[in-house]
Amino acid sequence: MFKVLFDLLRYNREFLLGTLLILIILALIACSFFAPYGENDIYVVIPDMPPSAEHWLGTNSRGQEIFWQLSISMRNTLMFGVVVAAISRVIAIVVGLVSGYIGGRTDQIIMAVNDTLGALPNIPILLLLVFVLRDQMTWPVLALTAALLGWTHDSRLIRSVALSLRTREFTRHAAFSGMRTGQILFREHLPYVMPIVFFTTMNNLIWAIGLEVTLSILGFSDINRPTIGGMIYWANAHSAMVAGIWWWIAVPMIFVVILFLGLFLLAMSVNEYIDPRSRLARMGA
Amino acid sequence: MNGYLTYVAKRFGQFIFVVVTGVTLAFLIAHFSPVDPIEQTVSLLTNFGSTDPRSVEILRQSLRELYGTDGSLLEQYLTFWGRVIRGDFGPSLSAFPTPVMTIISRALPWTVGLLTLATIISWVLGNTLGAIAGYFRNNRAMKVVGVLVMAMQPIPTYITGLTLVIVFGFLWPILPISGGAQLNLDPAMTWTYIQSVITHGTLPALTLVLVGMGGWFIAMRSLVSNIVTDDYVVYAELGGVPSRTIFSQYVARNAMLPQITGLALSLGNVFGGAVIVEFIFNYPGIGKLMVAGIYAGDYSLVLGVTTISIIAVAAAVFLIDILYPLIDPRVKLG
Repeated sequence: MFKVLFDLLRYNREFLLGTLLILIILALIACSFFAPYGENDIYVVIPDMPPSAEHWLGTNSRGQEIFWQLSISMRNTLMFGVVVAAISRVIAIVVGLVSGYIGGRTDQIIMAVNDTLGALPNIPILLLLVFVLRDQMTWPVLALTAALLGWTHDSRLIRSVALSLRTREFTRHAAFSGMRTGQILFREHLPYVMPIVFFTTMNNLIWAIGLEVTLSILGFSDINRPTIGGMIYWANAHSAMVAGIWWWIAVPMIFVVILFLGLFLLAMSVNEYIDPRSRLARMGA
Repeated sequence: MNGYLTYVAKRFGQFIFVVVTGVTLAFLIAHFSPVDPIEQTVSLLTNFGSTDPRSVEILRQSLRELYGTDGSLLEQYLTFWGRVIRGDFGPSLSAFPTPVMTIISRALPWTVGLLTLATIISWVLGNTLGAIAGYFRNNRAMKVVGVLVMAMQPIPTYITGLTLVIVFGFLWPILPISGGAQLNLDPAMTWTYIQSVITHGTLPALTLVLVGMGGWFIAMRSLVSNIVTDDYVVYAELGGVPSRTIFSQYVARNAMLPQITGLALSLGNVFGGAVIVEFIFNYPGIGKLMVAGIYAGDYSLVLGVTTISIIAVAAAVFLIDILYPLIDPRVKLG
């Protein structure tokens, strides 16, 4: 495992760049624990100051330092993404492995349900939920809902691998030597799908964070919990673009792009690593 | 032909299944919510003055009839289905007493037009470029295109849209950045009106194309670069088949098929992107309608838009599904 990561860092430029970008984001998040004032305190610094040596990324019209806002927002936004990705990974892995291993009618039924859920447009359903729940829509509820909507595509991918694993020799050996189905799936099959799980986790993070940013920009999340989308929402609410306070909107946008680019590069390079044919193509075969 | 009909019937069954699930989900979310739409509406209306208790009670009664919240859960569920089938979601609150359906049908053509055009353009463009990039793997220009597309791909819709607004609205103002057409024009089949619709639609469509293209490009490139090394392609090359024919008939045609399936799978997400694009560009489609409905606390409008968009997306997926066998002769019919 570590050797693979080390090799990827050494030989794969995309993986290296992705890792560096994610490290920037993580360093930024680490800063949030040293913030000199509370995340919702306002008018603690002079408002509307452009980026300077004193205020690295400037200050906003609510009298907050953008750097500290950014670091806490990034932490909350990434936290949301990680929670969504974790829950939806568990669902995707269980559904994919079970459906692929059992096969036959059960597989058909599970996949029919899977495809039906996948065909539903997420945003309208989430917006309806936000609308009816209003203030009860806290971020854990939103994360859980997003997780329940965001696993169908990946469970299909995992299932296609599990389908081929079930006819392999070692699966039969395991079954004959008396391993229970759960053990076979967890101990024998799970390691085979881990690279796919890693790849889909990155994509799922991008999707979940994008969702959170979208909903927050529209003002449909808890506006007292700083997030990247929330920063843009507040900037819009104060007409930052018209007032010429461009750094208020540009800074969160730049860092969201850094985060997404990092995750995307990691996903791409790992996907290339999984697919042996593209590895051969890289070597010039 | 008989096999095709069976296939269509099967897909239609799936379409119905998706619609039933989606509509049921929308119903359940709306009805198990801790917020009572009627009390919410009453408080919204009584905020503006008139608080005579008797008229409030009459209002409450009529709202209950309007929303069909009388009777048991099952009765309400059946009533809701009756409404969905008749396309009657009651009057809108924010634009009382215009029926919700009238407002939706006014907005729907904008969204359908924008999304259809943008999706087709991004699919065709992404796949064509991706196929070329995969076929000429070692071409330097295509590598540059690849890097550019890969860098564009993970950028969220909002940021792409806002960047276009800044560039084409303020720095180099050549395109309108708000609305669906010029306001003082009559919607008619005149050249000025059509021109106005096109110029207003350019930036929203461009946003959707830029956001959507990358995924198709990357998938198509890896599909094609895998097919190129297949034995039958090598055989065709050795047999002296012109490379143009190999590219279009042997490689691209095969690689296209999973991409059509992918198109059907991605439509739900495309619709999600449209909501934010319509919000940025103030485009008069149903995404903007839904956001406006939420801001205004318009219960029937939000429920109506959700239901209609679930049905519309499912219908579009169904349409792609039944066209698919016409393109792929190998698909199992029956």
